[in-house]
Amino acid sequence: MASVQFSNVTKTFGEFAAVSDVSFSIGDGEFVCLLGPSGCGKTTSLRMIAGLDTPSSGQVLIGGEDVTHFHPKDRQISMVFQDYALYPHMNLADNIAYPLKVRGKSVSERHGRAREVADVLKIGHLLDRLPSQISGGQQQRTSLARALVYPSQVYLFDEPLSNLDAKLRLEARGFLNHLQRDMGMTAVYVTHDQAEAMALATRIAVMDQGRIVQYASPIEIYRRPATTFVANFVGNPPMNLVAVDAVQGDGQLQLRADGVTLAGLAMSSGIGTALGAGKTLTLGIRPEHLGIAEPGAANTISGKLFANENMGPESLVTIERADGSRVTARIFTDDHIAIDEAVTLGFASGHVHLFDGAGARIAAEGETAL
Amino acid sequence: MSNQPTTSGQPKRKVKNFALLSNWAGAVFLTPAGLLVAVFVIVPFFWVIFVSFTNRTLLGSTALNPQFVGLANYLALFDPANFFQRGQFGFSLILTTQFVLASALVGQALLGLLLAWLVQTVPPWVKRITETFVIAAWILPEVVIGFAWFAFLDRDQGTLNALLGSVGLPPGDFLLQQPFWVIVVFNTWRGAAFSMMLFSSAFSSIPPSYFQAADVAGASSWQKFRDIGLPLIRGHIVTDLILITMWTFNTFTPFLLTNGGPSYRTELVSIYNYRVAFNDFQFGKGAAVGVIMMLINLAFALVYLSIGRKKTR
Repeated sequence: MASVQFSNVTKTFGEFAAVSDVSFSIGDGEFVCLLGPSGCGKTTSLRMIAGLDTPSSGQVLIGGEDVTHFHPKDRQISMVFQDYALYPHMNLADNIAYPLKVRGKSVSERHGRAREVADVLKIGHLLDRLPSQISGGQQQRTSLARALVYPSQVYLFDEPLSNLDAKLRLEARGFLNHLQRDMGMTAVYVTHDQAEAMALATRIAVMDQGRIVQYASPIEIYRRPATTFVANFVGNPPMNLVAVDAVQGDGQLQLRADGVTLAGLAMSSGIGTALGAGKTLTLGIRPEHLGIAEPGAANTISGKLFANENMGPESLVTIERADGSRVTARIFTDDHIAIDEAVTLGFASGHVHLFDGAGARIAAEGETAL
Repeated sequence: MSNQPTTSGQPKRKVKNFALLSNWAGAVFLTPAGLLVAVFVIVPFFWVIFVSFTNRTLLGSTALNPQFVGLANYLALFDPANFFQRGQFGFSLILTTQFVLASALVGQALLGLLLAWLVQTVPPWVKRITETFVIAAWILPEVVIGFAWFAFLDRDQGTLNALLGSVGLPPGDFLLQQPFWVIVVFNTWRGAAFSMMLFSSAFSSIPPSYFQAADVAGASSWQKFRDIGLPLIRGHIVTDLILITMWTFNTFTPFLLTNGGPSYRTELVSIYNYRVAFNDFQFGKGAAVGVIMMLINLAFALVYLSIGRKKTR
């Protein structure tokens, strides 16, 4: 196992910068998820660690060694591909043992090792089948087995679970989590599924438009999203973002928006001087921190019911505000609410996030107590 | 080929057939083409079979009143006394077999495979230039190609001898000294494009992740070719080999370079057939050669079709 380091890495395809000036480091034994929407540069970053793409500028280090221009085979890495990349003409044993074959190992050693790994991944009984004769989940495990069959410094995963159906994906996710804890492997895992990243990663790098927006532990990213982009990307459903105006009133700065009461949210002096009156800010509240409240109470958002989706243990209640924007709450109740009925959602002042006009987080005093 | 829909074995669906034309109008449009095919393909096909059992010639009494001679023409072709002599049917059949082996199976297919594999990894512009040149050799008209090669190989004014002379090598009269190898090289050069294009598109249809996974696993270029590329295009290779075997077996273009000579050393069956029928004017015997060639082609075609059918199933 080894560390991975990116220093000032840029990758351009013609005019388009897929990754621009990205620097970060992954510690030995860390499981890092690169999380972001399509085209954010996460897969390109992974491919540069693998050596399948070469940076336009900057360096990639594995275990402290500059491998920027190394061929993939000289990097001692393993990779699991999104489409699994299993060879259709080889049975599972040969697929799993292929990395050993190219290393010139004997047939008996290859098959012995393939069986060991396959048994761990519970596909030992399928070794003489072809990839087309097994299920998607088993194919996923086979490609994982091929990555684990030889010792590697870093394990790379390119959206390995995205081709599985929802139930299998949960199962495979738990299995990967267990495996990582068991082996203590250094892993880089690309995904666009925030739940996958939250569940697996020791640290998450949230990427957008070729840059890393935030690189922190899952809990930090959930509790203190650095920007509105992160706030909107992590969490299911995502954080509600409400535009509010900063105005001078009663001798201190206050935040106002139609249908929103913010009584307990006395602006600290630090924020007030940083922002000044007349600016538009963004208020962020996670759906799980909203509940049904009495109209007129402190710290509420009100509107008309737009949708009420029963999810089993909870309901997703979405209201439409006067300006047409929507706010969703996760509410653990089965009360019936009629469409177009006026609904007021309340929240605790401690669960409020503030972002400035550019979308960057405004650190509130006492935020650490969140 | 493999993804062509087959109607056999599928349940008949009651879908309305949205034809552009009524059956009657369709028949009207088909008639001219049908007539041409009948006159120039179907009638000659049976006519050749008929003529091969007669002693029809261009001149003399048998020109007007050909007689039915049974299998005499065939027996003459397969006469053990002179079957393998130069200028005889057996000689040209063996020559053609050697020609197919050397120029089609080894030359075109191997060179095409090599080129197709190499252009997978080069920058796109190198790939485009290579493909352009190789295809140019393939699409130019036969007469142009024949004349260009004749000029290239000419003993006194030829480009090849000029090139050899400039590096201090002695000139040669290749068309006289090595006529067989000249037509082998010529046919390889001429036909490698087809194999290359077919293999190239076959390689391109393999998901790139297969090769990337092999890269990460540590495979060399040769290992990727042997373990992944080659097994995954096996079907295309069989198709290619059968097609180029048929084409090379029937090719007549070497005639433009050597006239089948010197002293019958490049007389392939197609050229032999032409000489017997249109130089010696022995229509009956020429027709018999034609029938035998058709049977050989039919055998290849049946093998090809049966493999194609296996793949679609």
